[in-house]
Amino acid sequence: MPILADDKTRAVVQGLTGAAGTFHAKQMREYGTKVLGGVTPGKGGTVHEGFPVFNTVAEAVAKTGANTSVIFVPPPGGADAILEAADAGIELVVCITEGIPVLDMVRARRAMDASLCNLVGPNCPGVITPGAAKLGIMPGYIHQPGSIGIVSRSGTLTYEAAFQITELGLGQSTAVGIGGDPVKGMDFIDCLSLFEADPQTKAVLLIGEIGGTSEEEAAAFIKANMKKPVAAFVAGMTAPPGRRMGHAGAIISGGKGLAADKIAALRDAGIAIAPTPADLGTTVAKLIS
Amino acid sequence: MKIHEYQAKQLLAGHGLLVPLGIPVLHADGLDQAVDQIVQETGSMTLVVKAQIHAGGRGKGGGVKVVKGTEAARQTAGQILGKRLVTHQTGPEGRVVKRLLIEEGVSIARELYVGVLVDRGCGRVVVMASAAGGMEIEEVAARTPEAIVKEHVDPALGLAPFQARKLSYALGLTGTAARNATSFLQKLYQAFVALDASLIEVNPLVVTSDERVLALDCKMTFDDSALYRHPEVAALRDLDEENPSETEARSHDLNFIKLDGNIGCMVNGAGLAMATMDIIKHFGASPANFLDVGGGATQEKVTAAFKILTADKDVRGIFVNIFGGIMRCDVIASGVVGAVAEVGLRVPLVVRLAGTNVEQGSKILAESGLPITIASDMADGARKVVGLVKGQVS
Repeated sequence: MPILADDKTRAVVQGLTGAAGTFHAKQMREYGTKVLGGVTPGKGGTVHEGFPVFNTVAEAVAKTGANTSVIFVPPPGGADAILEAADAGIELVVCITEGIPVLDMVRARRAMDASLCNLVGPNCPGVITPGAAKLGIMPGYIHQPGSIGIVSRSGTLTYEAAFQITELGLGQSTAVGIGGDPVKGMDFIDCLSLFEADPQTKAVLLIGEIGGTSEEEAAAFIKANMKKPVAAFVAGMTAPPGRRMGHAGAIISGGKGLAADKIAALRDAGIAIAPTPADLGTTVAKLIS
Repeated sequence: MKIHEYQAKQLLAGHGLLVPLGIPVLHADGLDQAVDQIVQETGSMTLVVKAQIHAGGRGKGGGVKVVKGTEAARQTAGQILGKRLVTHQTGPEGRVVKRLLIEEGVSIARELYVGVLVDRGCGRVVVMASAAGGMEIEEVAARTPEAIVKEHVDPALGLAPFQARKLSYALGLTGTAARNATSFLQKLYQAFVALDASLIEVNPLVVTSDERVLALDCKMTFDDSALYRHPEVAALRDLDEENPSETEARSHDLNFIKLDGNIGCMVNGAGLAMATMDIIKHFGASPANFLDVGGGATQEKVTAAFKILTADKDVRGIFVNIFGGIMRCDVIASGVVGAVAEVGLRVPLVVRLAGTNVEQGSKILAESGLPITIASDMADGARKVVGLVKGQVS
């Protein structure tokens, strides 16, 4: 039993009929994910690329029994789409959308904190449990079922990690891209506690980056609560202060959020640090050999 | 996005907040009129001349002067305008002052600090205040963290009156000043939300001798993701304050940041782009830039990105590091080959491709006949580009 996504995942895609929604809904279906339909207001009742389309998430849930939603809605409607999914009783919302205004997410987060629904993202590649379900935009073929859990703030760096782990003949239990926004859903700690409880996961690779204090909090959590070994990499050692490095949340401000501080905190907690991004796979592999 | 102090104050005034009377001087010929108008309207000969650049530490750098009389104001303004101002935030090269703000002098009783920003940890807006106005908040936080008072705001309620009062009294204010500060803080929070700001810092927030509360200085930055719904804010962008190659990159929807090394990088994905900079450093050189071409770049976008790198005189070698997911390696390869065909290649180029359509991509590069060094993985690529650049330099 991996985490968040498994063979019981029944997904709908919000923003199905847009270019990104269409492309990735098909990719997810090809991977073997149960994609039961999509939601595009105004297009309910039609069929798009073989997917039934509904006007609301509530209707999609009632008709398909979906428990998961993957969001490709454009940024202005992104936060509202998250709230709609939670309201419809969806258990896991994966929001791929990049560029949702921060204050929209502040309001959405307040509602999500009071909800039982889990949110991954926004601005993330999604969640994949190899061989069971792909909920997002990651290339499926670089993954294979295995025992390494990955949790990461970066998309392509997660692919890099999964690829390296697969090349070593290991595989992933689940890979979770928690996203690069400053205000988001699940954070490192939420995923780490799920991995700790997951029998399939033998070790975890954490990929952080500059900005915020999530890595420091994760370090303290791992030290206090985790028995499974954890390896980590933090991107942005060479990033200048005060500049937003692509991700809305990747910024060193007021002397906080430095990669060096994060690495020091993780190392102090006994976590193996990958010296370069080319050593992601080997660093975590050593922990279980 | 950053804006100037004078623009920030205009926005504050538009939200009902008190600021000193001030007139921006955008060209030297507007100076005399600005000085005369302030003196006329206030009847006071105390004026403040403030350099407008997108960097802090202007006071210490000599960019802010209090002067007596119109002649002194003109003279000081003339000295600052066009001057290269160096502060701890500009770097040693400094920034040329192209705009000034001429303001009335204010009779200051107390200087305070107030800042509004998003606290990422709890996902809420926080209003922070400190009695140590004029000091850098980071310094206060490091030396006396207990001197900073904070109120987190429930987005459904806004900054409640009681929260604003708590902050005002914690700053040691009483009577009319406390009431004015309470009102100021609530309006400041409202402005933050209405403008989709990411930071509003009023430092110092001053209490005048007649108990008015006003923003003597203001720094404001905005959430780039929300600019689409604030065209009036987006229009405040000052391209003079931005690196030209960054402006060019933004017009192609590219994430580009100029750095001070000599290895140009082109990468897909922000995390991988940062990691690529790091691995270049690991192998003993420095990146010339951060460049994320994004997940779904077209061949044209890749070409535009590559041209920005080749146009940079500091660049001595280029490392293209792509992990194709959605982004296909053949698109990257075609974009690179297209760009080289257009603008040529004067420095070593190392390309590492992995992921989707890697075979097609490698084939395009090989058949192009261009002198491209192919790398097998990220470490190999970084090692090779650093080696090529160092060989070239020595």
